[in-house]
Amino acid sequence: MQVVLFGLILIPLLGAILNGLVLRSKHTRVAGGIATACSAACFLLALSLSLNYFETGTPLSAALPWMSAGPFVLNWGLRFDALTLVMTLVITGIGTLIHLFSIGYMDEEKSPYRYFAYLNLFLSAMLLLVLGDSLPVLFVGWEGVGLCSYLLIGYWYEDIDKANAGMKAFVMNRIGDAAFLLGVFICYQQFKSVTFTEMAHLTATSNSLSVWWLEMAALCLFVGATGKSAQIPLFTWLPDAMAGPTPVSALIHAATMVTAGIYLVARTAFLFQVSPDVSQWMAYTGAFTALFAATIALVQKDIKKILAYSTVSQLGLMFVALGVGAYSAALFHVMTHAFFKALLFLAAGAIIHGLHGEQDIFKMGGLRKHFPLTFLFSSIAVAAICGLPPFSGFFSKDAILFAALASPTGDVLLWGVASLASLLTAFYMTRFYLLIFFGDYRGEAHPHEGSALLWIPLAVLAVGSAFAGLVGMPHGLHMLPDYFGQLLSPVLPAWQETHAFLGEIGAMSVAVAVAALGIGTAFVIYRKGTGTGEKLARAFSPLYKLLLGKWYIDELYELTIVLPFKALCRFSSRIIDRAIDVTVLFPARLARVGGTALSLVQVGAVQVHLWIMVLGGLVLLWWALRGLVV
Amino acid sequence: MIPIPSTLAQWSHYIAACLFALGLFGFLIRKNGIVVLMCIELMLNALNLFLVEVSMRSSHPEGIIFVIFIITVAAAEAAVGLGIILNLYRLKGSVHVDLFKSLKG
Repeated sequence: MQVVLFGLILIPLLGAILNGLVLRSKHTRVAGGIATACSAACFLLALSLSLNYFETGTPLSAALPWMSAGPFVLNWGLRFDALTLVMTLVITGIGTLIHLFSIGYMDEEKSPYRYFAYLNLFLSAMLLLVLGDSLPVLFVGWEGVGLCSYLLIGYWYEDIDKANAGMKAFVMNRIGDAAFLLGVFICYQQFKSVTFTEMAHLTATSNSLSVWWLEMAALCLFVGATGKSAQIPLFTWLPDAMAGPTPVSALIHAATMVTAGIYLVARTAFLFQVSPDVSQWMAYTGAFTALFAATIALVQKDIKKILAYSTVSQLGLMFVALGVGAYSAALFHVMTHAFFKALLFLAAGAIIHGLHGEQDIFKMGGLRKHFPLTFLFSSIAVAAICGLPPFSGFFSKDAILFAALASPTGDVLLWGVASLASLLTAFYMTRFYLLIFFGDYRGEAHPHEGSALLWIPLAVLAVGSAFAGLVGMPHGLHMLPDYFGQLLSPVLPAWQETHAFLGEIGAMSVAVAVAALGIGTAFVIYRKGTGTGEKLARAFSPLYKLLLGKWYIDELYELTIVLPFKALCRFSSRIIDRAIDVTVLFPARLARVGGTALSLVQVGAVQVHLWIMVLGGLVLLWWALRGLVV
Repeated sequence: MIPIPSTLAQWSHYIAACLFALGLFGFLIRKNGIVVLMCIELMLNALNLFLVEVSMRSSHPEGIIFVIFIITVAAAEAAVGLGIILNLYRLKGSVHVDLFKSLKG
């Protein structure tokens, strides 16, 4: 049974090898069929493992030897517990739907095998990430998903902007990865072990550990998580990552890979439990990222950019939950967000596909007539992300907001910022929804609904977006038990509710009111097309430009980091490299000059050599006999 | 041991020196490859003569044993040297030593 765990990683890996190296089929249906079959097989395997877990309640683990050096032994250890179960089901389930969607979406590609091979490779790496039972194994998956992200963002590499976007994502992730590695080193230095179970055990029992070092480890891992999960200050790569194909944005840059940071923090929760300062930082970073990204999303025009900033914002909310110790609430939002954000991205993909590549929502409008099914499913997703009951987003967002308010480490400021972010989210998602589906059509392309391959995955995701929240009902409602929290309780620490000025029901009512306010405001402004919005933009022109320019963070980084770095590189290549070259080449030049000079002795004429030999012999003779003759 | 005439015994090292000088002189200034080789043989045999004389005088047989060895090596050397000369002749149609300068550095 244990060996099956390796199957989860090997099946998609085989699919990637088959597609990318062996068959290299130019037919989207062949390449996509293989990839989807592998993904679906993985999902079924994950499902059976999950059922087994539900029956027995004991985590599975398996290991193969990797390396050993003296006292340090490292295995390819996999572990399937409740946390992994949730992540694995989300990854393989949504992954399969997105593979299916991709067959319809990538129908006019020249090299679909490349796309599907990367997609399967991503699944394999992501599953390794969530199955790994130690930090190094997790890190292998972590780097693997980063690589696949880079490859898929730059999938259309002939376009230099897209290739550069891939590069940007890779380089920004490197910054976080460096911190991650430092965190791993600190963990090994402290625990003399890198497996999660041993580290958690030692944190709980050993009293020889230095709390300061554990906080540093937590901080380093958190910085690693900000890179992968696009938090301030390392978030600018995610909006640019939208250069990749839309299904990739749905799978990697919304539903799964970007939640790896959340997973990492949840997995190392034992470290964050003993690092209240780092947790506090994490909560505030998340809250301000949520607000900050939401303000940018208010004015964006690109359909995918809006969703990208929305993803950054939602990830920020998840970090708020992690920061206040509500780990299972964060994971709950990971799951519901995966459903509704994947659905939104795929709906956007279906629309972009139907409009032949148009991405500007100001050139859409009235599309509910042309895309009836997409419209229906998008409505559910928008309701879910705005936080309307009883859709999934409501329950998970409410769990986070309530924890931000009522957790011992939460406070009113956190709750207020997170609620404001939710208000803005409701506003910009309604704007998104109204501008795309209502009013008059403002574009030129001829819109048409896609094939069944495009809308079947949407339908499944819509069901998930609508009902996934029911598994994590809050206690305050007294309707259904919190299955999700119960499932995760053996793995994740729980938080103790303290008395806040609002109870759970009160916080919930405020959240609904906030969502309604956001939706209502957007409805008033965008009910009749773009007119009122444009008037507002003119009235608040400086603010509008600031938001449209994304607070000019990219420009700030360009000015403060990229340009000085380039100057440093130029200095290094022109001055330092020159100095090194001269130093290194001096002996080489000396040898060459010496060789040339000495080769003059080799005149080639036999008798000159003979003369030299005889004279040399005479000199030697004189030298040997000089004492005797005098 | 047969006693050798005293005059010869007294003078043979001068003869050997003269032969060696002749060989060396020819070795350095003659341009015909075969003659250069012959000069080498001359020097070797001058040395042989000297060794024999010293061996006779001191009643030690090692010098004569050395001579046998030198004759053997000289025979081999002559065979190799003549082989080289023959090939050089095939190459250029002459054995003039100044013609062969391709090893110039």
